[in-house]
Amino acid sequence: MYGWITTISAWTIPFMIVFIPLYAAFRKVPVYESFLDGAKDGFGTAINIIPHLVGMMVAISMFRASGAMDLLIALIRPLFDQLGIPSEVLPLGLLRPITGAGSLAFTTELIKTHGPDSMIGRIASTIQGSTDTTLYVLTVYFGAVGIRKSRYALKVGLFSDIVGFLAAIFICLYIFG
Amino acid sequence: MVNWIWLFFITASFVAAVVNGRMELLTEAAFDGAKNGVSVSFGLISVMVFWMGLMRVAEEGGLLNKLAALLQPVVRFLFPDVPKGHPALGYIMSNMSANILGLGNAATPMGIKAMQELQKLNPDKETATPAMCTLLALNTASITLVPTTLIAIRMTYGSAHPAEIVGTTLAATAVATAAAVLADRWYRYRSKPPISGDRSGPRSVGRDPSMSSHAAGSGGGTIASITAAPPVSGGKG
Repeated sequence: MYGWITTISAWTIPFMIVFIPLYAAFRKVPVYESFLDGAKDGFGTAINIIPHLVGMMVAISMFRASGAMDLLIALIRPLFDQLGIPSEVLPLGLLRPITGAGSLAFTTELIKTHGPDSMIGRIASTIQGSTDTTLYVLTVYFGAVGIRKSRYALKVGLFSDIVGFLAAIFICLYIFG
Repeated sequence: MVNWIWLFFITASFVAAVVNGRMELLTEAAFDGAKNGVSVSFGLISVMVFWMGLMRVAEEGGLLNKLAALLQPVVRFLFPDVPKGHPALGYIMSNMSANILGLGNAATPMGIKAMQELQKLNPDKETATPAMCTLLALNTASITLVPTTLIAIRMTYGSAHPAEIVGTTLAATAVATAAAVLADRWYRYRSKPPISGDRSGPRSVGRDPSMSSHAAGSGGGTIASITAAPPVSGGKG
């Protein structure tokens, strides 16, 4: 199963790069010109994202460096101990929605310290793999088209992060426990 | 809400820095963050340019329409506001497929392309439509079949079964996605939307977008919204 899926993943992009232009050429599209036409929009789109990402990353970076993050974790920790959840994974729940690179670094650290096949290692891997960085996705997707009022999108994203975080923990405790 | 979170991050950081005596670290962190923001955006350039080029070929070749038509039922359920056969649906499908296959750097440009198409249907260019919120919800929960990065990390640290987390990850991501879709639905029907165009369909484009843009103030983003809106169907000279 795993082998199958990795093979599909490895083949998909090369297949698309060949298949799309071939198909389009068959339909009499001037493929290279069409490619250039679309590609020139890519630069501007990426540049549009800069202010949004800078704003968010400054705030997140400050939040972590100042120790505010640690304070927040210390506040929630007792609740986790009550529920019998290894509190080592708690910071990951807070990091995951706000920074992809930061939470990946933290997951790696947990795997290194406790071992990949420990319960903490498994839970951390599952949390890291099961959701995306909500704040980054919101910033990039809405930033690229200039949406400034995101309405309820952030609430939905954070809600699903919490659900995913708890689901990851309990599923691991159940399957590997 | 983003405004409040941003303000919270910054003020909480300041207070915590005072308490912990880390004021000099704070300055450094702020500029590090800014630098990171720029380098991530620059990292996106190559990917965006390449995929947007390839996606244009797919669009003009009629492949996106095919894809959208194929998965019509699922998309109709998730995006009832988007008119049948609209190019946004094709991009949404490519974005979702790329996510499922774990092709992160292909998923982002396609998602952004989908957003740009949805933006064309948006009567108020600065406020997200329900369809945009749904697309975002799907991407923040991001269903992934194989978390390749994590398997690699687990291998590096000598796991006996590096792929044993595939099942748990899939289960957790399915739960998270279901939660996202349900919450999105709930908000969608609960909120009396500020845009009346929501249910009366995409025809009511005539609303003056400047009404809200000036109330929001703060300048900065207006250039982005002007330049980002039109480029997709731009001149084919």
